[in-house]
Amino acid sequence: MSTATSDLTATGAGHDEEPLLVVEDLSTTFSTGGADIRAVEQVDLSLERGRTLGIVGESGSGKSVLSRSIMGLVPKYATRTGSVRFDGREMIDADTDVLREVWGAEMAMVFQDPMTALNPVQRIGHQIMESIKEHLDYSKTQRQETAIALLRSVGIPEPERRLKQYPQELSGGMRQRVVIAIALACGPGLLFADEPTTALDVTVQAQILDLLETQQRERNMAVVLVTHDLGVVATRADEIAVMYAGRIVEQAPTEVLFREMRHPYTEALLKSIPRLDLPSHTRLAAIGGRPPDLMHPPAGCRFASRCDYAQDRCREEEPPLSGGDERDSEGHLYRCWYPVGISRPQTTVDTVVEETHVRSPDDPQVSEALDGSASDRHGTSSRDGDAPASAAEDA
Amino acid sequence: MAGRGSAHLGEPEDALLRIENMHVRFPSGRGTVYAVSDVSLDIRNGETLGLVGESGCGKSTTGRAIMQLPPPSEGAVIYSGDDLTGMKGERLRGLRTKLQMIFQDPISSLNPRRKVEDIVAEGLRIWKIGSDEERDAKVDEVLEAVGLDPNTARGRRPHQFSGGQCQRISIARAVVTEPDLIICDEPVSALDVSVQAQILNLLEDLKGRYGLTLVFIAHDLAVVKNVSDRVAVMYLGRLCEVGPPDVLYSDPAHPYTEALLGAIPEPDPDLRDRQREPLSGELPSPLAPPSGCHFRTRCPRADQQCTDEVPEMAPTGDGRVVACHHPLVETAVSVGAGSTAG
Repeated sequence: MSTATSDLTATGAGHDEEPLLVVEDLSTTFSTGGADIRAVEQVDLSLERGRTLGIVGESGSGKSVLSRSIMGLVPKYATRTGSVRFDGREMIDADTDVLREVWGAEMAMVFQDPMTALNPVQRIGHQIMESIKEHLDYSKTQRQETAIALLRSVGIPEPERRLKQYPQELSGGMRQRVVIAIALACGPGLLFADEPTTALDVTVQAQILDLLETQQRERNMAVVLVTHDLGVVATRADEIAVMYAGRIVEQAPTEVLFREMRHPYTEALLKSIPRLDLPSHTRLAAIGGRPPDLMHPPAGCRFASRCDYAQDRCREEEPPLSGGDERDSEGHLYRCWYPVGISRPQTTVDTVVEETHVRSPDDPQVSEALDGSASDRHGTSSRDGDAPASAAEDA
Repeated sequence: MAGRGSAHLGEPEDALLRIENMHVRFPSGRGTVYAVSDVSLDIRNGETLGLVGESGCGKSTTGRAIMQLPPPSEGAVIYSGDDLTGMKGERLRGLRTKLQMIFQDPISSLNPRRKVEDIVAEGLRIWKIGSDEERDAKVDEVLEAVGLDPNTARGRRPHQFSGGQCQRISIARAVVTEPDLIICDEPVSALDVSVQAQILNLLEDLKGRYGLTLVFIAHDLAVVKNVSDRVAVMYLGRLCEVGPPDVLYSDPAHPYTEALLGAIPEPDPDLRDRQREPLSGELPSPLAPPSGCHFRTRCPRADQQCTDEVPEMAPTGDGRVVACHHPLVETAVSVGAGSTAG
């Protein structure tokens, strides 16, 4: 969330020290009754202190599983392979005792729904002091003082009084501030924020994202911001990884991604978003069809069946995550045989607006895919009091 | 802003449905919840009226009160010459075929134990519209219209469909009785963006095909702009501003509209450095809304007048009306004077 510059490749300038987080060839497979679900495959990432990585994708893209896999928060029936090095230590085969030392103290997570992330029958003070008690050798008074300071720093008025309150006595935005205070309690070096504002109103969202940005700057934290909303990462992330069907399909510094997008999925995603600067009744470019079944992934590119530009090669051979064309900016990687801006004209965030979302008249509707699995929901929607259906996000 | 008045209402004959001075109050353990306060709106034939605002602004309550679910505490809802608020029993039920709703969560709004053909045909069966064959044909027609293959879809149950497809089924169920008006309450909020675009396009198509009038309730301003002919912004139970979306979005007159627009994260990194004043503070309790203008406690322009007087709707001359003592755009009415001009 620091101001973007173009030198976003995660190699630390001038010294040989390894970045805080280095993920190599990480795959996560869920073994369910029958076939295996390959929820995340072949992910490489790295992240420096003080930087923000945005992970963007729709439901089932694997974005939440990826952040949980890095942290080690996966169920027993999940198998992880590859390497996750955090602060110089290999975490992939670490056992729970080691992870318990790391969780909360060095890596922490802010979850989407502040109501379910907090324990409804425990006072807020207790919930904040719990991890301080676990990880830091503080006296009771010190813990209390730290908790009050934390609540104040996340913008909660009257922190002394709040310590004694229960979560349901606070508004949604205030609860999310408490969740953030808990995550920050032990001063973690790496913070995962998994859809931290999806359940919140837009003006509250702006407040919470500003708060995360301030805290990141003050603490020089690395942040992984997971979201379905390209708008949220556009102005908040230094680098963005776009996920589709368990893979990173495009990865680039934020400015580069929006100016020189290469992957047709990134292009389609940007074109399908209603924009404030387009006139009303502008026809939206919907993406027809649906993501592939991860139990039986297709042979070639995973986006081929929905891609406007797919050719035979795309259906037979999966493209590697690579870049290196002379027109590519540094640090720009994508999985496509016929990339946008190389095999065809460049789309950018501006041309999307200029084209005013021209679209073929026959919307490729979904009637071709009547095969179950509620995969196109994102588990949000508690905004107006309707209980969020427990959509099997990324499962 | 956040005011009252009727300056924004058109001629009664243009309106398919008209809400007059509607209040909705709910009793609660801690007092009365003022969910909607003195809202007047007309819904014109063939238009899409967008109702936008944050949680607790009363947009869903307004939509439901139109349907008499529950009836408003005060005020009138006039539909084809009759006040729905006074109607009961069979007469009100009879009108339900003409006034339909689509809900936010497409999966929980469909009965999981019933087949799609029964879900869609139920309205026809209850009102004994057409013969069995005619009903079958109508169900096929609407399923096709919403982009589902009737042969595959008819015999399946909701869990065999994705969220987007379930929303298509809900839409089919709503249009099958050939309604005049459909209240769409956050119809795309639970969907991924690519699917959201499909459903928004579908609603636009069906509106043309079946001559529908829509009330489109959503928290997402960009979505509302995309589908609406007029947009009404609500805050804490009151209307702030009503007008054509292209005017209202490029040049908001109400400080709340401006704050709302400024808070939206647009997918454009160039906007990283744009100047914006994040709205501070919290939504006041609907148990005890502020006196005068409901937005005054968070408004940078608020003064004594805003505490003392509820602002009245006043036209700004560009087809829009605003309820604010200190609007960002000049109104035709001089400060302080209430207006009822249409």
